[in-house]
Amino acid sequence: MKILVCISKTPDTTAKIAFVDNNTKFAAEGVQWIINPYDEWYALVRAIELKEQDPSSIIHLVTVGTADAEPIIRKALALGGDEAIRVNLESHDSFTIASQISAIAREGAYDLILTGKETLDYNGASIGGMVAELLDLPFISLATKFDLAGNTATVTREIEGGEEVAEVNLPLVVSCQKGVAEQRIPNMKGIMGARSKPLKVVEPTATEALTSIVNFELPPAKAGVKLVSADQPEELVRLLHEEAKLF
Amino acid sequence: MPVLIYIDQAEGHIKKSSFEAASYGAKIAALTGTTAEAVVLGKLTDDLPSLGNYGITKVHHVADESLNHLDAQQFTRIIAALATQINAGVVVLSNNVNGKAIAPRLSARLKAGLVAGAISLPDTSNGFVVKKGVFSGKAFANINVLTPIKIIALTPNAFSPEKGSGIAEVVAFTPSPEPSRVKLVATNKVKGQVPLSEAELVISGGRGLKGPENWGMIEELAQLLGAATACSRAVADAHWRPHHEHVGQTGGSVSPNMYFAVGISGAIQHLAGVNRSKVIVVINKDPEAPFFKAADYGIVGDAFEVMPKIIAAVRKIKG
Repeated sequence: MKILVCISKTPDTTAKIAFVDNNTKFAAEGVQWIINPYDEWYALVRAIELKEQDPSSIIHLVTVGTADAEPIIRKALALGGDEAIRVNLESHDSFTIASQISAIAREGAYDLILTGKETLDYNGASIGGMVAELLDLPFISLATKFDLAGNTATVTREIEGGEEVAEVNLPLVVSCQKGVAEQRIPNMKGIMGARSKPLKVVEPTATEALTSIVNFELPPAKAGVKLVSADQPEELVRLLHEEAKLF
Repeated sequence: MPVLIYIDQAEGHIKKSSFEAASYGAKIAALTGTTAEAVVLGKLTDDLPSLGNYGITKVHHVADESLNHLDAQQFTRIIAALATQINAGVVVLSNNVNGKAIAPRLSARLKAGLVAGAISLPDTSNGFVVKKGVFSGKAFANINVLTPIKIIALTPNAFSPEKGSGIAEVVAFTPSPEPSRVKLVATNKVKGQVPLSEAELVISGGRGLKGPENWGMIEELAQLLGAATACSRAVADAHWRPHHEHVGQTGGSVSPNMYFAVGISGAIQHLAGVNRSKVIVVINKDPEAPFFKAADYGIVGDAFEVMPKIIAAVRKIKG
């Protein structure tokens, strides 16, 4: 079985969020980048688990980004995966990114394409669905469990107030979230091995962006917390009821 | 070029987030001088003409029972066919669990730019610019949609539905049939609880509550207020509460009117899941808890002493 895992880089959770160039660009200077946690902990680790069940499986990683995404891809390869493909393009338009990934996917004829449920920076939750549509494949979003028996996947996905279980035949695109796999930490062997794994760089195919970012805004600073004495919890309820009119 | 709104349903009932989408779409139609039409898939028990109360003039209904459960591929095919047929300029849907599956597919199929997680009406003074949350609620981006058709997936609870009066015309839509490639095996729902992603009020507990046996006060307050219950990662990992209640960076993210956190310190990973809440209330005995910096209201105090008094005070109002 051939599995493609989509990997994105994202600022570390504790990174300061600020913008430059008239608020049109994220201030990337000095920012620590990590593998988007949903891509790493759930999509990639589930792929690795599937390969452990069936060692003949092949895992490819794909990322769309410039050379500064390579440390992230190496880190992902240290966890697992056989080789990585980097499409040499920086874009914040989901459709542009999905078009690149679908071109790679079409060429590689993958049985399973896994993504994280969203990235922590642009929160689009769009890549998996777009890739599925471009390839005319079924798509299960927000998966919390993924099992495979032969050619049939049993996938549990989140719905409001519960979950839904469906059976779908491969090939298939799945966006993964908590529950699909357990987080892993790369070991020394993996880190050493990652250095010699192939990392192929390909140039992007021509696509037209469907959206553009005009600018960014930071939320207005909070006025500060209104503290109520622990002896007067009733006063808190009064404020929530009469001032904030929440109930 | 009408605005087309996808109305999502569960078990025959229109979801609250879809009334928001209907009202939001109707507002766009009014601003751009066109009409708002809706598309409903599956058999419903809810009354469809009453979508007129939210500004919808026409409802296209595919009354096919096999569409009562999501198959994103099928749904996209049908909605796209209808959007093309009526020459829709804007397609609106809720960015809820189903919207997140359908919206990106629709975008790719119609080659129409998508704003996923919109929180504002479009600004058409210079292009078609919609604001959305980015960096897990720590910032906003204004996105310009460059294509003739625009798709907006609206963040649940970001837009209050406006209910007027009106009756929508219901017409049947008959797409060409195609077999589904997704076979539904089971639906497991937690009965009698407000779904977290739809809740206007959320009561959440953390490790400060010391053990699952102390969740009675969280549940009691939630029940009085019609709120959903949630928890921190530590609590879900310790199996004190089910995983679907976990909010934070690796769990779910919520954007209710009120997020009421009891015994949660407010680590940055937790805040990433809740900082889109309109009002944050924090009860914690540690005055240094980082959550207080993100809070609007708070009490520095012992939850075991404070919560019973809060419940009693709420009961007076709600009782």
